[in-house]
Amino acid sequence: MSKEVLITVCTGTGGIASGGEDVLAAFREALSSAGITASCRERCRVQRVGCKGFCSQDVLVDVAVNGAITTYRKVRPDMVARIVSEHIVAGMPVAEWVVDGSYHAFHEKQKKVVLSHCGVIDPEEIQSYRAVGGYGAAERAVLSMTPEEIIAVIKRSRLRGRGGGGFPTGLKWELCARHTADTKYVVCNGNESDPGAFMDTSLMEGDPHSVIEGMIICAKAVGSHRGYIYTKAEYALAVKRLNRAIEHCYAAGFLGKGIFGSDFDFDVEVFPAPGAFVCGEATALLRSLEGKRGMPSAKIWRTAEKGLWNKPTVLNNVETFANIPKIIEKGSQWFSRLGTERSGGTKVFSLSGKVRNTGLIEVPIGTTLREIIFDIGGGIEGGKACKGVHIGGPTGGCIPAARFDMEVDYESLAQAGSMMGSGGMVVLDETSCIVDTTRFFVGVIQGESCGKCAPCRIGTKRMLEILERIAGGRAKEGDLELLEELAHSIRETSLCGLGMTAPNPVLSTLRYFRDEYEEHIRRKRCRAAVCKALLTYSVVESACTGCGACKRVCPADAIRGTRKKPHRIDANLCVRCGTCLDACKFNAIMKV
Amino acid sequence: MEKTLQALVDECRDTRGNIVSLLRRVEDHFGFIPEDAVYWLSRALDIPASRFFGVATFYSQFHLKPRGRHTIRICRGTACHVKGSEKLISRVLMELDIPPDDDTTPDLTFTIEKINCVGACGIAPVAVLDDEIVGNATLHTVLNGIRELKKRS
Repeated sequence: MSKEVLITVCTGTGGIASGGEDVLAAFREALSSAGITASCRERCRVQRVGCKGFCSQDVLVDVAVNGAITTYRKVRPDMVARIVSEHIVAGMPVAEWVVDGSYHAFHEKQKKVVLSHCGVIDPEEIQSYRAVGGYGAAERAVLSMTPEEIIAVIKRSRLRGRGGGGFPTGLKWELCARHTADTKYVVCNGNESDPGAFMDTSLMEGDPHSVIEGMIICAKAVGSHRGYIYTKAEYALAVKRLNRAIEHCYAAGFLGKGIFGSDFDFDVEVFPAPGAFVCGEATALLRSLEGKRGMPSAKIWRTAEKGLWNKPTVLNNVETFANIPKIIEKGSQWFSRLGTERSGGTKVFSLSGKVRNTGLIEVPIGTTLREIIFDIGGGIEGGKACKGVHIGGPTGGCIPAARFDMEVDYESLAQAGSMMGSGGMVVLDETSCIVDTTRFFVGVIQGESCGKCAPCRIGTKRMLEILERIAGGRAKEGDLELLEELAHSIRETSLCGLGMTAPNPVLSTLRYFRDEYEEHIRRKRCRAAVCKALLTYSVVESACTGCGACKRVCPADAIRGTRKKPHRIDANLCVRCGTCLDACKFNAIMKV
Repeated sequence: MEKTLQALVDECRDTRGNIVSLLRRVEDHFGFIPEDAVYWLSRALDIPASRFFGVATFYSQFHLKPRGRHTIRICRGTACHVKGSEKLISRVLMELDIPPDDDTTPDLTFTIEKINCVGACGIAPVAVLDDEIVGNATLHTVLNGIRELKKRS
C-alpha cells in the first residue's frame, strides 16, 4: 500500500528542553527498523520543525498520513515505538496520546501570519522554506518592483514596528530611501532581552529564512547592500540556525553578488552580542554593533538618517521583517484588513506565567485580552483568581483583570499605562504579589541601566530601595507619594526609551493596585503570601503526622519535634525559604 | 598566550577594530578575559586598556574572573520569577556552598549564573546545565543534573 507519511517534531528551545531531539532520533530509528522508510522510500519523512507554539504540551509531534494530520502531545522517546506500529503501520492513531480540546481551543482564535511556517517547515533546510513559497516575494521585489513600489505597498499595509515603539515601517523605509548616501545599512534587532518574551527567538529558530527574506526586500527598497542581524550570543540555537540559513542563501544565490540573477548585491551577517538589555534601544544597539559600549545617545537624528557608522540605517525588529514577505506576497489590503484602523496585521505574543496554556501565540491586532487569556490561554492554572497581566517586559505595565475587555493595540495599551513592548505577556494570579513583581521589574531595569544619565541610574536605584522597604515591612507613610514623584521625574528627564519607560511598572500598579501597597505598608501584610519578611511559617498541629520530612530538609535547622508527634518551627531561626512547605505531603505547613 | 592573542587579532582584521568581536573571541578561547590579555591587546593595537575594560564590564557575557568548569544558568525572567526561580537560585547556591557575593565554587567546578531570559518561558522555571536545558526545573532535578556533571568531570 502506498502511504505518504510526514512526521514533524517540535525542536524549538522548549521542544528540545522537553526532549525533542531524542524523540526525533527515536522516530528515525523506529521507522528504519519497522521497514517503513525502506518500503516507501521518499514517501516517508521525519522532519524537525521550529516552535509549534503550545509549549506547555511539548514535545508535540504531528503525524500526517496521506495529509490527515494527527497531533500527539507530551511525546517521550519510549512512546515512539507504539505510535509507529499502531498509527503508521496499522493505520490506527493512538487515541490516548492525541491532543485534547485545549489544543484546538488554543489555536482556534489565533491567526497565524508571521508564524504560519513556524512549526511546519524544517528551519535548517532552505528547500523546506522554498516549498511553501519562500523567497518568491524577495525574488519579485528584487527583479520586478521599484523601490518606490515596495515602499508604497508597505505603507498601505499599515505595518508598524513590532519592537514596541510602533513607528510606521513604510515611513521609516521612505526616510532612509530618500538619502543619497553611498553606504546604507539594514539592521535586524533580535536583541530580545525582555524577561518573559520569546517570540523573536522562536522566529529566528523556527523560520530564520523569513527574517532574511524581509531584510532582502528592505535592502532593495532603501538601496542598501549590507545587513546585520543583531542577536544575543546566549541564543545559541537561533545563532546557529540563522548562520546556516545565510550559508544556504549564499549557495542559492539569494545573498551575495547579483542576487536572483539581478545586478543587486546584498550581504547579511549575524552579530552575536554579549548581552545587555539596553542594546534593544536603537542608538545603543548601533553603538554596540560598532564594537563600543552599548550606551544610548540623544536622538538628534533619526537612525534612518544617521545610524550605523553615521550612515542611513533601517533598524527593524525580527517580527517586523518576518511580516514583509507575507505583505509582498498577499498584498497590502489583505494585511491591513487583519488589524485595526490604525495598525494592520497580527501580533505575536508569548503567553506565560500562571496561565494554563503557555506558549507562543499570534492574534490579529485588536483582539481583547479576555480572548487571549481565557480562550487561547485556557484561564488560570488550578482555577485560581486572575489578578492581571503584565505586558511589554520589565518596562511595560500591569493591566488588571477588570479591564480585560480592552482591545490590544498600541494606543489602548499606552492609555492603560502599559505598552506593546515586544510582546511578552505574563499572567498573574492571586498568589502573585504586586509589590514583589514590581520590585522584580524595577530590579531588572536598575541592573540593566547603562548609567549614562542620572535620572535612570540614580532614580531607578531609589525606586528599588523604596520597593524593597515596602516588601520588607520597613516602609513608612509618604513612601508611596515619594515613589510616585520619583517615577514622574524619571519618565520626564531620562535620555532614552529605557529610562522613560522604567517607571511604567510602578505607575501602572500604583494606579490599579494601590490598596495592596497600602496593606504592605500599614498592616504589614502580603495577601499573596510572597513577600518573605511579612510571612510566618507555622505547623498545623492537627494535620502534622510527625514524619520529619520538613525537619530533614530545613536548611536552617529551625524545625524541632520528635517522631510521630507534631513538629514546630522556631520563628527566630526560620529563614522563610519555604522548603518545608514543598516537602510536606500532608499540607501541615502554613504560611501567612 | 601572545601567540593565541595574535591569532585572534588576525581573525578580526576586517571588522573595523570591533572590540566586542575581539573580546568575544578572547572570552571563547580562555573562558574569561584575563587582565594580562587586555594589556597585551592594548599595547599591540594601540588602544587604551580602559576602552577594553569599559566594554568588558558593560556586557553581562564578558567575565574578568575565571569561571567554573561547568556553568549552571538559572533563568531570572519574569515567567521564571513568577514560578519561583529566586528560591531555586538561593537553594542551589546554598547546596554548592558558594560564598555570598560570589558565583563560583572555590574549586572552580561550578559557576552559577543568573540570566535574564532563555526564551523558553513556556516551561518555566528553566535551568541550563552547561548546554542542557532543564524545563520545569525543581531543586531536585537541578541538583540531580549537577551530580551528573560532577560524576562526569
